[in-house]
Amino acid sequence: MQLIGIKRTEGTEPLLEVSGISKRFPGVVALDAVSLDVRRSEIVGIVGENGAGKSTLMKILAGIYRPDSGAIRFDGRPVSIRSPGEATRLGIGLIHQELELVDSLDVAANIFLGREPVSWGPLKLIDRKTVYSETEGYLSRLGLNLSPRTSLSRLSLAQQQSVEIARALSLKARLLIMDEPTSSLTSTETERLFGLIRDMRRDGVSFIYISHRLAEIEELADRLFVLRDGKNAGILAPPEITSERMVQLMVGRDLKSFYGSLASTAGDTFLQVDGMRTRRYPAQQVSLTIRRGEILGVAGLIGAGRTEVAQAICGVNPAVSGEIFLKGERLKIESPSEAIRQGIYLIPEDRRRFGLISEMSVRENISLPALARHSRARLIDRRREVESTRTISSELRIKMASLEAVTRDLSGGNQQKVVLARWLSLDPRVIVFDEPTKGIDIAAKADIYHLLRRLASEGVGIMMISSDLEEILGNSDRVAVMREGRITGILERSECSPESIMRLAVA
Amino acid sequence: MARKEISILILFVALCAVVAIKSPQFLSTANIQNMTRLIGAYGIFSIGVGVVIITGGIDLSVGSLFALLGVLLSMMLVEWHWPASLAVLAVIALGSSLGTIHGLLITRLHLQPFIVTLCGLLLYRGLARYIASDVTKGFGSGQGFQWLRESAAGGLFGIPMPFVLLTIVGAVAWVGLHRSIYGRHLFAVGRNEEAARYCGINTSNTIAGAYAVSGTLAGMSAILIAFYTNSISPSSHGNFYELYAIAAAVVGGCSLRGGEGSIIGIILGTALLQVIRNLVNLMDIPSSLDFAVMGTVILIGAIADEIVKPRKEF
Repeated sequence: MQLIGIKRTEGTEPLLEVSGISKRFPGVVALDAVSLDVRRSEIVGIVGENGAGKSTLMKILAGIYRPDSGAIRFDGRPVSIRSPGEATRLGIGLIHQELELVDSLDVAANIFLGREPVSWGPLKLIDRKTVYSETEGYLSRLGLNLSPRTSLSRLSLAQQQSVEIARALSLKARLLIMDEPTSSLTSTETERLFGLIRDMRRDGVSFIYISHRLAEIEELADRLFVLRDGKNAGILAPPEITSERMVQLMVGRDLKSFYGSLASTAGDTFLQVDGMRTRRYPAQQVSLTIRRGEILGVAGLIGAGRTEVAQAICGVNPAVSGEIFLKGERLKIESPSEAIRQGIYLIPEDRRRFGLISEMSVRENISLPALARHSRARLIDRRREVESTRTISSELRIKMASLEAVTRDLSGGNQQKVVLARWLSLDPRVIVFDEPTKGIDIAAKADIYHLLRRLASEGVGIMMISSDLEEILGNSDRVAVMREGRITGILERSECSPESIMRLAVA
Repeated sequence: MARKEISILILFVALCAVVAIKSPQFLSTANIQNMTRLIGAYGIFSIGVGVVIITGGIDLSVGSLFALLGVLLSMMLVEWHWPASLAVLAVIALGSSLGTIHGLLITRLHLQPFIVTLCGLLLYRGLARYIASDVTKGFGSGQGFQWLRESAAGGLFGIPMPFVLLTIVGAVAWVGLHRSIYGRHLFAVGRNEEAARYCGINTSNTIAGAYAVSGTLAGMSAILIAFYTNSISPSSHGNFYELYAIAAAVVGGCSLRGGEGSIIGIILGTALLQVIRNLVNLMDIPSSLDFAVMGTVILIGAIADEIVKPRKEF
């Protein structure tokens, strides 16, 4: 660990001190003896790769998770935060990436949700007068031109965010944790949020500010903690809070050369995407190519728009505009079935929601898109179905009680293999993997990496989205890096390094 | 047969045994004929509603549809003197089109199945009463369509026609649901519509198809039921029949969450409900308790099923 000197200003006692916090989940150590301190009227930034432990740490502070070990002191007293309610009572407010407001209620109702003041004695009716007048006060303090009676559903994301902050204000929060608060804001809205944060800091509120946008951290943070693989990787103070230093600390680890055989024989352009605009980022155009026999890695942070590109190529969420060419032939892909007809298949990130029909058997899951091949006059030939699914599942070494086992009962790795098996029997031309090894054990990971390489060498175009830098570096022949809906760079094998990718992935 | 179907079969046989011992009349030819006739007529539309339930939807409109189609059938035959074959075609085609419209409203406009078919329930009842001027319709002497009455209400070698038709419809539906691509898609859509879409299944058409099937089978049943009652009072004909169908499907193993169920289960469920109604008749239970007895038996079945169910570990 590399700690950079901290200037301790006299008289600024710490508000929050976290020391040696650890948290284990089955199979993962999310936090390993992490320490953090926040002083009064201070904005502390936290950065780290996906999975570095930021969210876990924040959820511990907000009382959502409980640490396995370690100590927390708040305002000089040792505390244990056992529930979100306790965090609130201490004065810790958390503003999530996903806002937690009720769309159908109005601003005031959202601010007082769960602690509505009551009147009328035993009748306990909501004291609407207090609710609205107090809300008005908070809104004007935040300089918001909003009526307390406006329904949340009519507000922009930025305005909803302000309502979250107003709620934190109403809770008299002394420490506000903001997790990617600007991910859905425009630059003007971001500026206004920053002004607000600074005003509140002047009033004595402290902040923990988490962001992937390093420029924002540079601008805002009084001090910065870097997390890496669940551990403290360094603390930076102003002159040193630069993108360069941050990236260095975020990725600074030994990269073993793994997954072996690269040196693929990439041929000519196979799949070409031209000027694609996705629904989430309609202002950005994405263009990329996949060459025959290569694995194109797509790196970037969560929310960079990678999944949207994958979904557009595979017709699940069709592109707003743009063209897709396969072997020079222009394709019209407006639904999954059109992509499937062309041999373009998606292995989605969320297996349980989009990949598998968990209550159905391995056989039924594998054969689902291939039923026409196993049938005559639209009637399924059970014997052919069983034979074909048995062949492919033993080829992929899927561990299961039988072909009739319900896929819900399989391990993550075997579930992923079931999804893969489905498409392998259908002569794939392009397979788009979205986080192919998420939640999968090491052994199954290795199987999947080898399969990726084998498919590529057989001439299947492979696009692999991954938030795991090692996975990207270990498997890709080229890497496209995305940020905020656009491709910020395409790196050849020789140019790929954790730093070069991270630099393109963060602003 | 799946575990669920076996347990309902056991319940069915046990109930029959109890009724038969208590009331020997249960096994008389007349009683069995009457019961199988009802099982036939109810089973056919219950299969349709069951298919809809397998997609995760619901069809509340069938009862009112019987009133509307029944009134129209009577008027076509008796007042407008349509050829019987044309009337039959028209009734089935109308049922099938209304079902298709339900399906399209649900899949294209993304309306909720409950709302769409509830509106159907209200609308068709109102139309039936309006068209018939709230006057009970019948089939009179049956001049000119004797063969139709025979094939709807008569028998084949002593087996009531509705039951014969149920066997045929059941066999076709079994193949369609348990052996065809469409059937597999129905289950997949009912279990996880999004994942099914990712597999290239046209989920909208699959779901809309289920409502079309339900409408078509309701059209067939409408004819059988009209000739069974032989008079169609527009305000009460078919009342609650949608609930019989839903109950039969659920008792027979369909889950209201979708993705579960079987044709055999639905038919057994229908049969069980009819035996319960028959039991009320034969055992001198006041007929006003008809619904109460049915509710109690279904509830006991559901509780027993939940208690003996093998626990899943999570």
